[in-house]
Amino acid sequence: MEYYLQLFINGLVVGGIYSLVALGFVVIYKATKVVNFAQGELVMAGAYICFALTVQFNIPFLWAFLLTLAFSVLLGLAIERMVLRPLIGEEHISVIMVTVGMSSVLKSLVQLFWGTQIRVYPQVLPTEPVVIAGLPVAPVYLAAFALSAVLFAIFSVFFKYSRTGIAMRATAFDQQAAQSMGIGIKNIFAMSWCIACVVSAVGGVILGNINGINSQLGHLGLKVFPAVILGGLDSLLGAALGGLIIGVLENVCDGAARQLFGLGGFREVAAFIILVVILMIKPYGLFGTKEIERV
Amino acid sequence: MNAGSTVNEVLKVENLEVVYNDVVLVLKGLSLACPKGEITALLGANGAGKSTTLKAISGLLECEDGEVTDGSVIYQGEPIQHLIPEKIVRKGIFQVMEGRRIFEDLTVEENLRCGAFTRPRSEIAGGLEKVYDYFPRLRERRKQLAGYMSGGEQQMCAIGRAIMARPQLLLLDEPSLGLAPLLVEEIFDIVKRINSVEGVTVLLVEQNARAALSVAGRGYIMENGRVVMEGKAADLLGNPDVQEFYLGMGHGGDRRSYRDVKHYRRRKRWLG
Repeated sequence: MEYYLQLFINGLVVGGIYSLVALGFVVIYKATKVVNFAQGELVMAGAYICFALTVQFNIPFLWAFLLTLAFSVLLGLAIERMVLRPLIGEEHISVIMVTVGMSSVLKSLVQLFWGTQIRVYPQVLPTEPVVIAGLPVAPVYLAAFALSAVLFAIFSVFFKYSRTGIAMRATAFDQQAAQSMGIGIKNIFAMSWCIACVVSAVGGVILGNINGINSQLGHLGLKVFPAVILGGLDSLLGAALGGLIIGVLENVCDGAARQLFGLGGFREVAAFIILVVILMIKPYGLFGTKEIERV
Repeated sequence: MNAGSTVNEVLKVENLEVVYNDVVLVLKGLSLACPKGEITALLGANGAGKSTTLKAISGLLECEDGEVTDGSVIYQGEPIQHLIPEKIVRKGIFQVMEGRRIFEDLTVEENLRCGAFTRPRSEIAGGLEKVYDYFPRLRERRKQLAGYMSGGEQQMCAIGRAIMARPQLLLLDEPSLGLAPLLVEEIFDIVKRINSVEGVTVLLVEQNARAALSVAGRGYIMENGRVVMEGKAADLLGNPDVQEFYLGMGHGGDRRSYRDVKHYRRRKRWLG
């Protein structure tokens, strides 16, 4: 039993990171209806930037973290301005293909600068485990989970109550009508990419602290698809829960497969099996918007 | 054409030409003017270019691949035909688009807040109160998703967004579209009230010529991207051609056969 509880807690932490990355994904999808295939690479970019700042430039971790966030904002602006703005008015599918290309470019850039071997962050938090409900939990796990939760709370409030947040949702629904309200949709697009880059970078830094990073980190982006589709592509709450559920399920399934059948590596596919099942029984996800039909 | 005095004209459109997709010429030298504080009606058959005219004024052509290729839109003495929509809204022109274009997955109140996007935050509470006074039904439904409202309520919400924006010039594109006759009357009453109480100049595009001319001071009739007739609303209502082709009154009755040729020519001119 303790084995499964431990798996559950690990799952929650990994799930928290999935949720963060899913949040970035959902924000872009909500505002621009673009499915961003480069989301995982944004995670990787953030992780490597923070790594470079702490290890290669010897900047204290907290400052490096803040600088990484600033860098992510710039990265978001750059991507929007150079890659996506020229594509405004084009088919969504063209933009989606461009994000696929962007993921390759980002991955190559990281390999160019840092190579392909695993890099390890310096230990920031104490390694002495904290005991929760009789189970030892690493402080870095707790911090990861708390950070994800706080970011989610902030963005939920932002989208529900702030003027810009409401304008982003309006733009997501009808760009031309949003323009007729005087909403500058280019700013909205830029903002959504910035948010996506920032939350992804946070996810990347957390992962770096837990596992170390390598240039395959971008594959995390693929794991986020089951999470967002489970939650519903355009729902923040869905992204949060979807991420957690996928994280927990893949860890517990993996553990079960290992213990019961002696199978390793089930973790890698569990999320996608879940994805297929979701698509069959709940194609809009748990909280996704169905088209409103008036009667 | 009547040049008029430019002093109290809020909006003046001169020889406007609009091309879609670099090929299709939709407006072919259209001119019109909106006197300050009045309602001006812009009438015409389907495809005459009425909506295009409004979008050319509000800058919303951009995202439909339309472009102003010639002529000018002069708002309070200043050319605005090449400004982006955001700037035009900030200058005080607000368009209520055809088909209401409500943000369906936002609540009514969030929709209204979007209308006030360009206004200082301090005005929002007062603006909401004002909208709810105009449309008490929206107050009851303010926490409801706008997509679930009836067509009439959505139109109220769309006009409510315009009130929130406090425009000086309001462009209304077919507010009567798809509404029951009684509701059309209610909506036009409100338009008239907004015009007289808030002092908003209105440019009203309509298929429902009778309703539009009953509230408007002046009217323009468009065919094929041009203005073919303009005048005081009362004169237009009394004009036999307008009566026949827009208001559906069979002018001439039995004698039509006797005037068939002439009728045909006139009709040809109207309907192009």
